[in-house]
Amino acid sequence: MQYLTSKEVKELELQANEIRQSIIEMLSEAGSGHTAGPLGMADIFTLLYFGILNHDPKNPDWEERDRVILSNGHICPVLYATLAHAGYFALEELLTLRKLGSRLQGHPHRGALPGIETSSGPLGSGLSQAVGMALAERLNNPYSSKFFYCLAGDGELNEGQVWEAMMLAGKEELSNLILIVDRNGIQIDGYTKDVMPLEPLAEKFEAFNFDVQEVDGHNIRSLNDAIGKAQSVYSQPSVIIAHTIASKGVDVFERDFRWHGNPPGKGPEDRVERDEQAMVALRKLRTLADTIEAQDIS
Amino acid sequence: MFANHLQPKLNINEVEKVPTRNGYGDGLLEAGKRDENVVALCCDLTESTRTHLFAEEFPERFFQMGIAEQNMASVGSGMAAMGKIPFIASYAMFSPGRSWEQVRTTIAYNNSNVKIVGAHAGVSVGPDGATHQAIEDIALMRVVPNMVVLAPADVHEARKATLAAAKYDGPVYFRLGRSATPVVTTPESPFEIGKAELMYSRDKSHEKKVGIISTGSLLHNSLMAAEALQQQGIGASVLHMATIKPFDTEAVIKFAEEHEAVVTVEEHQINGGLGSAVAECLSENVPTKLARVGVNDRFGESGEPEELMVHFGMDVSSIVEQAKRISG
Repeated sequence: MQYLTSKEVKELELQANEIRQSIIEMLSEAGSGHTAGPLGMADIFTLLYFGILNHDPKNPDWEERDRVILSNGHICPVLYATLAHAGYFALEELLTLRKLGSRLQGHPHRGALPGIETSSGPLGSGLSQAVGMALAERLNNPYSSKFFYCLAGDGELNEGQVWEAMMLAGKEELSNLILIVDRNGIQIDGYTKDVMPLEPLAEKFEAFNFDVQEVDGHNIRSLNDAIGKAQSVYSQPSVIIAHTIASKGVDVFERDFRWHGNPPGKGPEDRVERDEQAMVALRKLRTLADTIEAQDIS
Repeated sequence: MFANHLQPKLNINEVEKVPTRNGYGDGLLEAGKRDENVVALCCDLTESTRTHLFAEEFPERFFQMGIAEQNMASVGSGMAAMGKIPFIASYAMFSPGRSWEQVRTTIAYNNSNVKIVGAHAGVSVGPDGATHQAIEDIALMRVVPNMVVLAPADVHEARKATLAAAKYDGPVYFRLGRSATPVVTTPESPFEIGKAELMYSRDKSHEKKVGIISTGSLLHNSLMAAEALQQQGIGASVLHMATIKPFDTEAVIKFAEEHEAVVTVEEHQINGGLGSAVAECLSENVPTKLARVGVNDRFGESGEPEELMVHFGMDVSSIVEQAKRISG
């Protein structure tokens, strides 16, 4: 496990903040898309791509790379923004999100853009694919040090296929598989506890032979520790239930399920309001960045 | 006249009968020996789908999925992403029936090198009844971009389809039958993905001329129907399409031009299957009188395979009747 210095934590927090700003700019320009999930997962994506993964943005097909399988494809603005900031492609391309001919499809398409490991959008299939990759890797190379990180939403756990994949992962004792669940408590129709209660979630995963950790999904150091511990788990798949705040970083949107599937503003027909809301969000984020910058870490 | 590469004894009383799934079992084992990247997945139907031959030879490359077809489709996609060539087998009703969206998004849209093997296709599943008789699978797979769709006629074609699928880089679906199917072709008969084969050519001295286009297990019935028609003074040929997609447009156009009318024959819904594919091709290129033999917008039911063929109008005399109706 890699220890993070306070300086590194601060740098990662600032990086996550920049990624959040890109997300707001992309969604505002696109006029449609999901806001809550991408903002809420920015810290986890930042930590993965800037602190954890064994990868090479200049050689995205490098065989030895760790794999990130995004199961809830609708949060792809955070994946795209993170990939661009990590150097997979130019930042300017982020503004083509959801436009005709763009490599940044509304939901990710493998092969369209460097760094996309699978096409996703229809919920519940990412874990199965990660399980397939992890199984194949064990066959290809018994001494492999690759990890397969599957990122999934909590609402997505309503899908039966996820539990099929969990059964298989548990049966096969896939210790190279790390599932990170975005536990933000919201889905399109409301709060997850109302739409389809998931608790006791940790116990359910345990019953499926997963090593389970619950962490604050915005605390870089806790997340880093949890991933490090998950990497060292022997003969069990791991799940990190990351408690996140939907739309984290933009307090006027936070915890509100109405931002799940909407961009800032009301949509394409109302450009003025969209721009105003985006400006408010960006100002909030920049203020937050100043606060992080000002932290005394000596 | 029968194509010269076919079995010498095709008469119904003499022809050998073997289930097409046996061809899959043999082909998979052979493919596994040729390429160590071939892996096999199955949903609790290992012996029934004949996956067990591979599983016994290569236990470390066989993955028991339990009864979870949706998971199997996406696990296959993940394995293919790591360089494996997964064959995922179950009954066609469940895979790709139940797992259609997973097949579409995680296999076809990803252009994953996964081979989907749908056993127990068609009403010839027999006594198990409609729930287990997949007669919509060709339609389901034919509309999906990137997907190759095969329907082998007999055990030899099933073996060749398996080997061809293993070599082909991309998603492939092929269907297999449960019951013993007449062995029409030989190990030497040509088989190529995307290519239709002329299996019977008409006697050119007959004035009337009807072309039969078959797929899958009904090749033998089609050949017997052609023989019967010839005996009744009607020139009849059989073009066999073991590949539904990519569709051999060129061969079908040529075949239609050489005949006055065309009859399609399939153990599948006539809507969306071979009949539809041929109708689309003919309407766009060479409008031709067409009759479609198959299941007409109904579910299957319990019964013995031979009884069901008669019941649903896919037996030899039904094909003859349809051919006479449109060539008359």
